[in-house]
Amino acid sequence: MFDVQKPETAVDQTAIKIAARNVQVFYGNTQAIKDVDVDIQDKTVTSFIGPSGCGKSTFLRCLNRMNDTIDSCRVEGEILLDGQDIYAPRVDPVQLRARVGMVFQKPNPFPKSIYDNVAYGPRIHGMARTKDEIDEVVEKSLRRAALWDEVKDRLDTPGTGLSGGQQQRLCIARAVATRPEVLLMDEPCSALDPIATAQVEELIDELKQRFSVVIVTHSMQQAARVSQKTAFFHLGNLVEYGDTNTIFTNPQDHRTESYITGRIG
Amino acid sequence: MTLLAFVILLAAVVIGYVMNLRAARAIRDGGTRMHSLEGFHGGYAALMTLVPTFFLIIVWLLFQDTVITAIVKAGLPAGVLGGKGTGEVQLIMSEIRSIAGGRIFGTPEDWKLEAAEHLVALRELSGWLLVAVTAALASAMMYISRRTVAAEFRARQGVERILHGLMVSCAVVAIFVTIGIVASLLFETIRFFQMVPFWDFVLGTNWEPQIPIREDQVAAEGAFGMLPVFLGTLVIAFIAMFIATPIGLLSAVYLHEFASRRVRGVVKPVLEVLAGVPTVVYGFFAILVIAPAIRSFGDNFGLPIAPNTALAAGSVMGIMLIPFISSFADDALGAVPRSLRDGSLAVGATQAETISKVLFPAAIPGIVGGILLAVSRAIGETMIVVMAAGLIAKMTINPLDSVTTVTVQIVTLLIGDTAFDSPKTLAAFALGMVLFLMTLCINILALRIVRKYREIYD
Amino acid sequence: MTDQTNATGFDWDGPAFQSQMKKRRRSQIRLKLLGLGAIAIAFLMLMLLIGSLISTGYQAFTQTHLKIEVFLDPEHVDPENPARGNYRQILTDTMKVQFPEVADDRAALRRLTSILSNGAQFTIRDRVVANPGLIGETVQFNVPVSDDYDQLNKGLIDPETPEAHRRLKDDEIANFELLKDRGVVTKPLNTALLTNADSRFPELAGLKGALVGSFYALLTCFLLSFPLGIGAALYLEEFAPRNRFSDLIEININNLAAVPSVVFGLLALAVFLGWFGMPRSAPFVGGMTLALMTLPTIIIATRAALKAVPPSIREAALGVGASKQQVVFGHVLPLAMPGILTGTIIGLAQALGETAPLLLIGMNAFITSAPSTPFDSATALPTQIFIWADSPERGFVSRTSAAILVLLTFLITMNALAIFMRQKFERKW
Repeated sequence: MFDVQKPETAVDQTAIKIAARNVQVFYGNTQAIKDVDVDIQDKTVTSFIGPSGCGKSTFLRCLNRMNDTIDSCRVEGEILLDGQDIYAPRVDPVQLRARVGMVFQKPNPFPKSIYDNVAYGPRIHGMARTKDEIDEVVEKSLRRAALWDEVKDRLDTPGTGLSGGQQQRLCIARAVATRPEVLLMDEPCSALDPIATAQVEELIDELKQRFSVVIVTHSMQQAARVSQKTAFFHLGNLVEYGDTNTIFTNPQDHRTESYITGRIG
Repeated sequence: MTLLAFVILLAAVVIGYVMNLRAARAIRDGGTRMHSLEGFHGGYAALMTLVPTFFLIIVWLLFQDTVITAIVKAGLPAGVLGGKGTGEVQLIMSEIRSIAGGRIFGTPEDWKLEAAEHLVALRELSGWLLVAVTAALASAMMYISRRTVAAEFRARQGVERILHGLMVSCAVVAIFVTIGIVASLLFETIRFFQMVPFWDFVLGTNWEPQIPIREDQVAAEGAFGMLPVFLGTLVIAFIAMFIATPIGLLSAVYLHEFASRRVRGVVKPVLEVLAGVPTVVYGFFAILVIAPAIRSFGDNFGLPIAPNTALAAGSVMGIMLIPFISSFADDALGAVPRSLRDGSLAVGATQAETISKVLFPAAIPGIVGGILLAVSRAIGETMIVVMAAGLIAKMTINPLDSVTTVTVQIVTLLIGDTAFDSPKTLAAFALGMVLFLMTLCINILALRIVRKYREIYD
Repeated sequence: MTDQTNATGFDWDGPAFQSQMKKRRRSQIRLKLLGLGAIAIAFLMLMLLIGSLISTGYQAFTQTHLKIEVFLDPEHVDPENPARGNYRQILTDTMKVQFPEVADDRAALRRLTSILSNGAQFTIRDRVVANPGLIGETVQFNVPVSDDYDQLNKGLIDPETPEAHRRLKDDEIANFELLKDRGVVTKPLNTALLTNADSRFPELAGLKGALVGSFYALLTCFLLSFPLGIGAALYLEEFAPRNRFSDLIEININNLAAVPSVVFGLLALAVFLGWFGMPRSAPFVGGMTLALMTLPTIIIATRAALKAVPPSIREAALGVGASKQQVVFGHVLPLAMPGILTGTIIGLAQALGETAPLLLIGMNAFITSAPSTPFDSATALPTQIFIWADSPERGFVSRTSAAILVLLTFLITMNALAIFMRQKFERKW
């Protein structure tokens, strides 16, 4: 059932980019995440899997403080990015989110031109000031998102006019344009057809050359295909975390085993 | 008399219901299987009797006075109305009516007393006729519906057809209202243009509708150029929008993006209260507080300020429109999908940047629609300007001067006794036509924009 | 965060980015403050509005009265015909008793009598007509004083201003002070504000006529617009086929909701008064006009309430073999009723405050008695406010504010009722 690829692991990928210690998340009085400890390595694809409502998306949104935008949400514990607590008072979530980019489940391009969509981040952060600089960032980001060849002649057309897969790659281009160190992806392929999914997966593999990528996915095949590390969440707990092939071939916890063999979820 | 007619109607409805119910029961008890339940047979009779008879009574009541007055007028001795204007004839008729009602002032002429007696007699006759006709129609309908009772008669469908027809006519009333508006305005406007040339009205820059009523009166000739009135309307509407748009939009932005749930819970009802205050109250507020404040401000700085400044009326109208614009903008911002907001925040935009660069541009069509509707309200708003703006039409755009508006002119021209043959009265209808067309165009445009916009995100 | 530039090559802690961040934070705060300022202005205006109304209006809820012993002289009142008595003279005599020193000065006496309201003689007349046995006796009366003295007693006329600039002269003020010292001046609750009809004299003017007129108008409006609105909404939402005809009605209703109210007044004037010859100033006609304006509101609210009933209810009833109408009248309409009623109350509250169309059909007439049927001439609350706001007498300023407070009380009560119903009966599906 699982054709697990053996990921080629390079030596320098073991550096820890994000370390979460004892993370708890509450929505009002209900606890969504309990005691999660996890180390996310640099230049690696880490996937979060688990049944619906297990808290994997919630945890992902903690990593760039997107949960701040929800009134009733409260996060406890420590999340360290390069050894610095991102929930420390002096950290500005705005700056953090530029360093930890995010791609959402449903493609959400702004109702602006393709060019403006990609240039949005660099412009507001003042990373590129002249027209040439911005042109360069836009081209580089679109190339990285493997979209350049398809849209280079119509950069002025609205981003909402692209197909679903193209829109999602545009959103990836928009996220990588701010040169983030970590890229969070919340089920990026769930709204895409198989061909577009394959393109995005290929892209993720490329992206891990430069960033640490964290991807939430429903599809165990996808996790097996793209990631080197896998974390299994169940009912708000991180049940098991380890190398993807270990998790899929030799899970330690019986819940993990039940999930990947299709008995729960 | 009218009461008696209604009692007869009610009785007929009840009797018809019971009769049909009993008849249907009798058939069922005879062992025949009925298509419809007995209740529907009863209901069928009740509705068949109620609907036509009720309409007859209403139509009768609506028109009896008009008809009686016409008959009395025709019965007046020859010559007494000769050479009199509509206003005087109306006065005579209302005098006759009040004599008939038992209120006699002074010693009226004999022919007036006779006419009053005639009127009383006709009213009595009409009352009895109404009772007779009601009874006749009600029993006829009862009879017709009683004959329908049969095992295979589809009484339920009959009832549903009648109800369906009633509902359709309710919906059609809405169309009749529009037709009524257009017809009444059009009719009187055409009569107006028979007295005053069309282009004098549309392009004239002089508005002095006070024309002599009696021959010997010294007064202006009467000029009906709508441009200064129109300009005044625009000046006041512009001041109002100038105040309401920024305040309304900014408060919507704050409420939508920055306010905590608690603040929202307080501010929203406050804005709703502001929106629910009747305009006559705002008008009084303008003359009680705002106008004196502006005047004393002007006195301090030596500015020449008219007693009824456009600024006072316009700014109070602006206050009135704040909640209107704010709630429209809040809805429009709320209609932008959350994912766009998330997308912008996720690349590290601040809330202010998200609002101004992503949400606001995306919500622009909805906001523009709301602003257009607010403009149409400002143009059509009446009480604030009637109380706080001026009466004299001036070609000026100085907000510290006194200007008049279309609605002010309509109200002042029509308050008091009105005769439907003077250009002064008819001018109000012509202005009403202008107002109606103007607001209609803006409304259609605004509603179209808003609807298009909703379709994008639904 | 970290000092060294990271792998992606952008210096997040560099001075360029930090100064940029400072600017961005400042503009964020600026927008926030602007928004707060806008809300503060709206708040302030509401406070100013309510504050100015209360500060001018509370005075009208009391009315200065004078307690006087009136000798009902049979010389001036004929027991056979008490209604035709010379009550003015009786009052003059009463004041003569109070101020014996001016008894022979007719001019001074007339000015003294003017302390009393013009309506005082009618108060006495009505008592005597009701009980002719009082004639020849001395009876205590509590009569309102005239507007100027009422203002003086409430401190609205300042005795310190130069004599030429105020309505009451020094001797008049002195006389009134004398009466005050004797303890005959009282300031009870002004019940006349609600129990009297309109009057030319502020101290006698009340809202009864307007309240009854508004009640009749609203009743008419409700009886017409409620069934018509529900009927039209049911048809459009549940039965109408999607075609040009129903589209036309729909566009039509949306546009009607935004037609200026004064245009409805023109319609009523031309059609109801002009073509149908209905009576001027009648609350019934006013109610019909308001019904036309309320109709779109009720239709829109009803359709929203019907839409909120989930299709599963309809399907369940249709599934057991009910006809479409049985489903709608038996299930959907009752479930939607709270929403419909809420919308109707809000529509009626709007109608209660509507003024312009009522002015055009003559509901701003000066009428000194409350209407006894919906077909009599009457005013309504908002038009009464308009009339009083236009009146030059000082006393009408506070009465206008008081009338507005009464109107606002009704509106707030109606809206509170609507909110209460929405919360009590609102169902989450």
